[in-house]
Amino acid sequence: MEDNKVKTDKTDQMSSPLKKSFKADSRQIERRVKLSGFLKSVFAVSIAMTLLVLVFLLVDIVRDAVGWLDWDFLTGNLSIFPEKAGIFGAIMGTVYMMLIVIPVTFILGVSTAIYLEEYAKPGRLKDFININLSNLASVPSVIFGLLGLALFSRLMGLGGSILAGGLTMSLLVLPIVVVAAQEALKAVPGLLREASYGLGADKWTTVSRVVLPVALPGMLTGFILGVSRAIGETAPLVVLGIPTLIMKIPQSVMDDFTTMPIQIYYWTLDTVLTPEYANLAAATIVVLLVVLFLMNSVAIFIRNKFEKKF
Amino acid sequence: MTTIENKEAVFQVRDLDLWYGDNQALKKISFDIYKNEVTAIIGPSGCGKSTFIKTLNRMVENIPIVRTEGKILYHGNDIFSSDLRVEELRTQVGMVFQKPNPFPKSILENVLYAPKIHGLKDKNLLMEIAETSLKSAALWDEVKDRLNDNAYGLSGGQQQRLCIARALAVQPDVILMDEPTSALDPIATAKIEELMESLKNEYTIAIVTHSMQQAARISDRTAFFLMGEMIEYGDTKNLFTNPRDKRTEDYITGRFG
Repeated sequence: MEDNKVKTDKTDQMSSPLKKSFKADSRQIERRVKLSGFLKSVFAVSIAMTLLVLVFLLVDIVRDAVGWLDWDFLTGNLSIFPEKAGIFGAIMGTVYMMLIVIPVTFILGVSTAIYLEEYAKPGRLKDFININLSNLASVPSVIFGLLGLALFSRLMGLGGSILAGGLTMSLLVLPIVVVAAQEALKAVPGLLREASYGLGADKWTTVSRVVLPVALPGMLTGFILGVSRAIGETAPLVVLGIPTLIMKIPQSVMDDFTTMPIQIYYWTLDTVLTPEYANLAAATIVVLLVVLFLMNSVAIFIRNKFEKKF
Repeated sequence: MTTIENKEAVFQVRDLDLWYGDNQALKKISFDIYKNEVTAIIGPSGCGKSTFIKTLNRMVENIPIVRTEGKILYHGNDIFSSDLRVEELRTQVGMVFQKPNPFPKSILENVLYAPKIHGLKDKNLLMEIAETSLKSAALWDEVKDRLNDNAYGLSGGQQQRLCIARALAVQPDVILMDEPTSALDPIATAKIEELMESLKNEYTIAIVTHSMQQAARISDRTAFFLMGEMIEYGDTKNLFTNPRDKRTEDYITGRFG
């Protein structure tokens, strides 16, 4: 079949009538060039609007936060008096939660992706799992909160502990991590695997020595983005019933806790009675944004650093 | 098979059928590949020549829908036998692919990949293997001062010779080459062809090529495949100067393909 194709291509070229019948219309070209210039400005305006909104948001928040965001705010504990309140508990809550989310999602997520991409035979079951994973990645976080409430808080009796929150957040992040890791594995050229098999390597040797080193930067990028989503999420924890006011720093994973987004959420609820809470929320938002910004920078840094190798 | 001699057959292929799903890609292939010879497999695109060569080290089975029937004896042992490990077969029957595919590692690590995964730890021995493999692949002089550089910094032709060195480092018996020069320029191609000439003293080589000139230049024996069937097999000179089958004649005189 391929041979026939090649032949017809050749005959087409030989008896090409195109040269005689077609002449470029210069007015048409001018119109297209103008359209191209016009579209360029449309795109430029779009990005300007996006940036404008972002700048407005940042300016608004930073203005509210100025004067409130200081060392005492970062290291202090919660208080009903706005002047004394700090978010050390919330920061530690986030940190503790991450201590659960990071290992759970990385180990489960990467292993799942390796199984699906490297071991599972193509077929309906694999397609079914893949479709469900992509769907899970777009399920609203509240739903995961409800699942966590039923499974971890009630059934396993973990209540509103760090463990329950961390596991719920892990469920939320897991599909994102799996899909990102799958994409990273898919991007590894098949001829590298072939080279390894051709030298007598078995599957795991090939995966661990050839595929994973190439896929790891991509996996990490997706992983960090997934984890930073967990840091910013509020809804699942609200559903779990994380307490409003926690005066002590969590000591173990079974303790009650609060996180930065939760703190922002509760403070903004009470701004009518206590206007200063708006400033506290703004200061917390700044801290949260800085953390997320740092994490995304790390993700970009990893991606750029390892991409240069090829 | 007209030329029966006292040469030792490395591979004896007997009535090999192969299907991709319902599509039969190889039909009743039978011929021998002899020790210390270059056997070329030629034929138009889609004739099954690449499929065939990948069957010899069972790489073709990486495609899940493949099914085979018939026998391939490697030194008398059936390669489809259940007590043969494909990993072990592949350390004996190495492969060089169409596109150069070095690992994104250093030149040294590329060459030593196979010896290392197969358990060799002795540093002196490893360095010795690296040197002899790179020398056999005619690459040593070009890379000896930058063994720790990334292999992706080499030219395409150098990368392909690195892949040959990497295959040699396992100390194989046979080297399969699947259109090894199709992605290379004429100078790099000439170097690889020269290399094959010297390698056949120690190894048995089977090469798939779409270039009849290449087959005529380098091979001792040639098999002509067409639509999954082996049409003709014999001494390269005979096959090119005096083909027995009309279809072979049509192909080598450029009437199709």
